[in-house]
Amino acid sequence: MAECHPVGFRFVMEAKRRGATIIHVDPRFTRTSAVADIHVPIRPGTDIAFLGGLVNYIITNERYFTEYVKAYTNATALVNENFKDTEDLDGLFSGWNSEKGQYEISSWQYDGAEVGPAAGKREMFSGEPMSERGTQSGAIHHDETMQDPRCVFQIVKRHYSRYTPEMVEDICGIPQDKFLQVAEALCSNSSRERTSAFCYAVGWTQHSIGVQYIRTACIVQLLLGNIGRPGGGIMALRGHASIQGSTDIPTLYNLLPGYLPMPHAKYDTDLPTYLEANGSTSGWWSEMPKYMVSLLKAYWGDDATEHNEYGYHYLPRLSGDHSHQVTVAAMADGVVKGYFVMGENPAVGSMHGQLQRKGLRELDWLVVRDFAPTETAEFWKTAPEIERGEVRPEDIGTEVFFFPAATHTEKDGSFTNTQRLLQWHHKAIEPPGDCRSELGFTYHLGRRLRELYADSAEQRDLGIQRLTWDYPTKGPHEEPDAEAVLKEINGYTVQDGKAMSGFKDLKDDGSTACGCWIYSGAYADDANQTARRKPADEQTWVAPDWGWAWPSNRRLMYNRASADPDGNPWSERKRYVWWDAQKKKWTGEDVPDFIETRPPDYRPAEDATGTDTIGGADPFIMQADGLGWLYAPNGLQDGPLPTHYEPEESVAENALYLQQCNPARMEWDRKDNPFHRAFDDPRFPYAITTYRLTEHHTAGGMTRWLSWLSELQPEMFCEISPELAREKGLRNGDWATISTARTVIECRVLVTERIRPMRIRKRIVHTIGLPYHWGTKGLVTGDSTNDLIGFVADPNSSIQESKAFTGNIERGRRGRGRGMLEPIDDKLRDLPEVHKPRGKHGVRAATSQEDEET
Amino acid sequence: MRRVLPAWPVLEQLRRRDLKALGRTAFSERTEQLGPRTAKADEVVRSVCPYCSVGCGQLVYLKDGRITDIEGDPDSPISGGCLCPKGAATFQLVTGSHRTKQVLYRKPYGTKWETLPLATAMEMVAQRVKQTRDETWEETDPKGNVVNRTLGIAHLGGATLDNEENYLIKKLFTALGVVQVENQARI
Repeated sequence: MAECHPVGFRFVMEAKRRGATIIHVDPRFTRTSAVADIHVPIRPGTDIAFLGGLVNYIITNERYFTEYVKAYTNATALVNENFKDTEDLDGLFSGWNSEKGQYEISSWQYDGAEVGPAAGKREMFSGEPMSERGTQSGAIHHDETMQDPRCVFQIVKRHYSRYTPEMVEDICGIPQDKFLQVAEALCSNSSRERTSAFCYAVGWTQHSIGVQYIRTACIVQLLLGNIGRPGGGIMALRGHASIQGSTDIPTLYNLLPGYLPMPHAKYDTDLPTYLEANGSTSGWWSEMPKYMVSLLKAYWGDDATEHNEYGYHYLPRLSGDHSHQVTVAAMADGVVKGYFVMGENPAVGSMHGQLQRKGLRELDWLVVRDFAPTETAEFWKTAPEIERGEVRPEDIGTEVFFFPAATHTEKDGSFTNTQRLLQWHHKAIEPPGDCRSELGFTYHLGRRLRELYADSAEQRDLGIQRLTWDYPTKGPHEEPDAEAVLKEINGYTVQDGKAMSGFKDLKDDGSTACGCWIYSGAYADDANQTARRKPADEQTWVAPDWGWAWPSNRRLMYNRASADPDGNPWSERKRYVWWDAQKKKWTGEDVPDFIETRPPDYRPAEDATGTDTIGGADPFIMQADGLGWLYAPNGLQDGPLPTHYEPEESVAENALYLQQCNPARMEWDRKDNPFHRAFDDPRFPYAITTYRLTEHHTAGGMTRWLSWLSELQPEMFCEISPELAREKGLRNGDWATISTARTVIECRVLVTERIRPMRIRKRIVHTIGLPYHWGTKGLVTGDSTNDLIGFVADPNSSIQESKAFTGNIERGRRGRGRGMLEPIDDKLRDLPEVHKPRGKHGVRAATSQEDEET
Repeated sequence: MRRVLPAWPVLEQLRRRDLKALGRTAFSERTEQLGPRTAKADEVVRSVCPYCSVGCGQLVYLKDGRITDIEGDPDSPISGGCLCPKGAATFQLVTGSHRTKQVLYRKPYGTKWETLPLATAMEMVAQRVKQTRDETWEETDPKGNVVNRTLGIAHLGGATLDNEENYLIKKLFTALGVVQVENQARI
């Protein structure tokens, strides 16, 4: 955190000054470790074993927050009697379908009722054989004593019973005394009086089982009562200025703005079906029809009427996974013809650079928008395969357009930071030359396309013809008014165009339009709330008058949990939001995350529906049952409980189960994506992890061109321990070649005790650390680490596995020869009976996408 | 002598109580006149750091219509005036000579960049989108389900862009039937 979010880390340092214990879990010793109380080196790819060890410690030693667990989590809920745990099936849960290569999740459900997920891959479950999403919470059977073997608490207890300190040491390489020190520090700082927080970044997400890393932290934090309370939580430290915003208002294939699922071809055949299948009969998601209809009104304006289902049929449909890696594979197979890349540099920043660039070579046309031509814009000119002579520019048919982009100082707009806070940045000057904002580019591209389609009589062109696209423009470059766009995002009443004050006023009858319901209120009172800048020292510590946070300017989500079931603060020290019995409403330091006037003793009637199902002591209002899920009966592709699996390529066999890897992982079975042996590959004996440096930003597009930053980190390097250096005859400053089956790269060697060899079951395991910022362009150049990485992904998020894989290191510079090796398919990743259909995400990707659901 | 004596540095040091001569005594007339660029700004524009997701406040200083400096915003409850090495380099990011200011074009099978007028390039891209969309349109999938889309066009990017920009990108591409819209959040 000190390396990649240095200014955010000032709050950690402030906490430390006030007596907090800082624990840093990371394979390498960094600036964070330097100021931490405890640094815990961990073998890359084993965090679930470590966190599962904490779960086991908390339960075995009865360190959980009993009142919180019983009242606010699903610990007491009973699970379907057909459920089988990984303890029963050697690493698989019940429901594995070896024909499809995926789980059927019905046996994971609660006893008595089926619930839909509040988040996760919701569209994948759309139309599954359950007539109603959500449930009457009353239908779920509970055991308040938490003794029933089928209750969630007992299932969790059994699931993690073998995640002992000894097992943590064997898997993660963390000595038992250090593990126990961490567990004790965490537990003793979690109670009515105290809270502990977790922070993580892509070191947790970029794994073939990454979503379950965060889920394990959720279990720990729910057991300790650290969610929805000040000083608690699990903080995702995101890497880009508005990457949270680009998730909320998604440039993502599976979502519409505000986490509404994109419609699925097979199930969501019309609007009523879509709303029934994706909404919920209980909890806050029961409000979904209002958000969807208002979005359609924002998109298609007057043309969106009840008669045409508000333009629902203009929406394209999904038929499977259309995520980045799937798209690139489809590109390499010639399915994708045209590609827009705006402010991103996949030739350096995404896994398997060769396959990324192969995809670019197969395009008809490519549009790149950035400050200067990046490696992605110049894949035809300066790529490693061009240098090696494998590909010649004269043979590449892709037509490439490079458009220069405006900087944030040359345009108005809002960023959403990692804490969901929208902050407006004002235009200071006009962009130079032909530089333009993406707002202007997209607006004018849309305007030209609407002209090109103006005379069409084709049904398929109605969506573009009737799209609301009449934004006021201003300035010499006729850039659209960003505030007008923000107002559409915020929402307005159709009749008089007045800005919505918040999502609670949205309607499902076409009388309101709203581009992103969770952002409704950002332009309340026809004023730009995101531009508010009341100085920190003139307001409370929660700082509600600086910018605007979604939802409803709420700074801490699920903050109802900061009070006990009766509505009183858990302690005076941790008071945040509470029930004011006199005024009969919720109040506190922050905007309460609850129905404002719902008393703590409210209990829903048997036949309650919609938001009436949310009980007065159910803080997790987005969940169908209002509870924090220790165990996830729905929403995940790879199990209701996080389970330790080794990465696709590992230095070790799975010590817990016969099943080596996440059975549901996404794997691209293609010739141009060879894998190593599952473990103990003699050609690739070392663990590799990747990371960023303070002085560079991701793929380098905003840093490698700047002399001030380039001179601080001028050259690609690897970090290795003195022990590994001795073993391989490497000295500090030498050149070394790092290889995987995908390619070889070269870099300077940094011999340092920041990376330590680890003892894993009496064997020494070495880790190589690689920053990934460099490429062939910019002031400082170097080989790209991501070229080493294969196409493997988490099945829930489709995120690449780049934080844990294997490779080799040798002295000297790489040759000019081709690096790719033949694959070895050793079949050791899965149990003998686990069958994964070949080519699921591989050759002819688009076609296989169609087959995925069959 | 009356004119020379006051210029004698020792007297000046005594008079200014600057015995080590490291203070005001050492100032030349030019040094006396030096001041921070920020003090002479015509205008200060509120902004936000464009790098990581912490969202540090930035103050953009303008003089004669040009950006003269970018500093941390002390009012920000997030950053309290701090910027990290990347944030502190924002001035070079936005004013540096590395920026390309013309549209570049590479012909199929070409070996070099050429320049194009912006409007020409915009029209060419619009035509490419239309042609590719029309050629690769899918009304239904092989099983007869309505899909109403094209898999011939894809988009990547958004994490570095504004919310308003992401909104227009998603809206336009969705209306065109482009489903493969992705950004760094997937990575």
